[in-house]
Amino acid sequence: MATLDLSGVQKAFGATRVLHGVDLAVADGEMIVIVGASGCGKSTLLRIVAGLETPTAGSVRIGGRDVTALEPADRDIAMVFQNYALYPHMSVAQNMGYGLKIRGLPRPEIDRRVRDAAALLGIEALLDRRPRQLSGGQRQRVAMGRAIVREPKLFLFDEPLSNLDAKLRVQMRAEIRRLQKRLGVTSLFVTHDQIEAMTLGDRLVVMHQGHAAQVATPMEIFERPADTYVAGFIGSPAMNFLEGVLAGGGRAVALRAGPTIPFADGPRPGPDGLPLTIGLRPEHLRLEAGGLPLAIDLAEPLGSETVLHGRLPDGEALVIRLAGPAPRDGTLPVTLPAEHLHVFVAEGGRRLDPAPA
Amino acid sequence: MERKVVFRGKALPLALLAPQLLITIVFFFWPAGQAVWFSFLRQDAFGIRSTFVGLENFTDLFADPLYLETIRNTVVFSTGVTVIALATALLLAVLADRQIRGSGAYRTLLIWPYAIAPAVAAVLWIFLFHPQIGLVGRALNGAGIPWDYKLNGNQAMLMVILASAWKQVSYNFIFFLAGLQSIPKSVLEAAAIDGARPAYRFWTITFPLLSPTTFFLLVVNLVYAFFDTFGVIDALTKGGPAKATETLIYRAYVDGRVNLDIGLSSAQSVVLMLVVIALTAIQFRFIERRVHY
Repeated sequence: MATLDLSGVQKAFGATRVLHGVDLAVADGEMIVIVGASGCGKSTLLRIVAGLETPTAGSVRIGGRDVTALEPADRDIAMVFQNYALYPHMSVAQNMGYGLKIRGLPRPEIDRRVRDAAALLGIEALLDRRPRQLSGGQRQRVAMGRAIVREPKLFLFDEPLSNLDAKLRVQMRAEIRRLQKRLGVTSLFVTHDQIEAMTLGDRLVVMHQGHAAQVATPMEIFERPADTYVAGFIGSPAMNFLEGVLAGGGRAVALRAGPTIPFADGPRPGPDGLPLTIGLRPEHLRLEAGGLPLAIDLAEPLGSETVLHGRLPDGEALVIRLAGPAPRDGTLPVTLPAEHLHVFVAEGGRRLDPAPA
Repeated sequence: MERKVVFRGKALPLALLAPQLLITIVFFFWPAGQAVWFSFLRQDAFGIRSTFVGLENFTDLFADPLYLETIRNTVVFSTGVTVIALATALLLAVLADRQIRGSGAYRTLLIWPYAIAPAVAAVLWIFLFHPQIGLVGRALNGAGIPWDYKLNGNQAMLMVILASAWKQVSYNFIFFLAGLQSIPKSVLEAAAIDGARPAYRFWTITFPLLSPTTFFLLVVNLVYAFFDTFGVIDALTKGGPAKATETLIYRAYVDGRVNLDIGLSSAQSVVLMLVVIALTAIQFRFIERRVHY
């Protein structure tokens, strides 16, 4: 168990720059989820921590020790791969004991540790099997087991759940979280799935084009996204974005769609007429008499809720999530609640918070 | 998944099989059958009369100390060729598998020797190792190491082994390289993270995962050393000096083609045929059992 510190980590493959300087401080026992769309550099970042890639610049410290120049073998980490990467010619027990054998642990000690880990994961019955005789979920557990027996300083997970079917994924997700809490091992978990990210992480790192767009707890990211990318990436259905300009001396936004909405949480700094992007989560919109007319073009009934897609009079798209059944077509009045506005500067998409009093 | 096509009638399936069957019968079963039949006969030197002698050709063969010597030569020769060809090819493939600049170019270069005819290859080796005109041969003699493969049987054997192995390295290289590239990178990365150093990783992960390829090549190389090295031996040493490099296949040629003892030569062909059948059977049995990872 250890802390992990990344500072100014950069990576370029030839002329292509993949990571543009990532800083991250992970506390002992913390579970950090790195989330982002494919190609954002999240896997590269994980591989740099593992030592499978060398950073172009920056440093990696595990437990205070600079490991940037060390081989994976010398970093005392364990990694779970997306395709499990089990050794196909070894039994489950041999797979799990491989790392221990290399460290020269005595046979009985290896057996004991492998059995303990297998018991923890419920795979005692599989110890003599070969990987090809296992199902996807079982292979996943063996890969976990191989990481656990090593008792490493750091767990790295590279999209370990994406090859599982939906039901098993939810089950393994909960199991990984429970196990990580119980063992208290500092962990990095890479995923492209925002639900996995929200449910697993103590904190999230939202990656975007080689930058860490935001590092914060899941709820913080959900409630106060740092920019329009994070705002649109976290939350399902995605946040609505409407165009507008700063008005009333920074106290309100004049939406292109018509209404001017005063800010509920205080005036924003900046000149009137500053182009803004206003974010509104679908679940915060309400159907109320006197609202903006929304022409519905698609309704998705999901049982406990209904998702309505429509267009405002100025042509901007808007998605609403309503509890229970809802009308499926026609034009409905929709109100935009001032207390749930997310305000971003249109240029660059940074969040614009009220000026401190 | 098994897909079965059922034909109506018998004409079409027979017509489709006929070319393959015809070729097999004309070019394999017929001559093989002839060889088996001739191995029970003894002909006079002019091929006018032949007498049925039963198994006498075979008993003569295995009573001949020179034939037993030929078997020993063949074992030494094929073991040497197989081990050297496989080990060299594996080493080259492991080196070529790394990501280095220009790997495409030298991978192609490594494949070239396979395209060289055995006789040409042999001439190349003569130019290198001939005691008087060869570059290496002269250098060796000049350095005080007596080198003359035309007089020294062991040196002759070493040279035909090297020349034959060299021809086969390219073929093995292609298969080893393909085998190495089909090993998932993540498995090797997992081993690296588990703490395995490159050498340990090679012997505990890469080599076992390569074993189906290695086993296939082992059989192919043995068959090559047994049968396809005639050209190299004939061009380099003609089985000499004093039959030191005479292998089973070369002896069969000498007895049949030079000494015109068709019966004895056929008996040797039958022995060789049994060896191939055994090798193939072993290969299929093991491939069935061991390859499925």
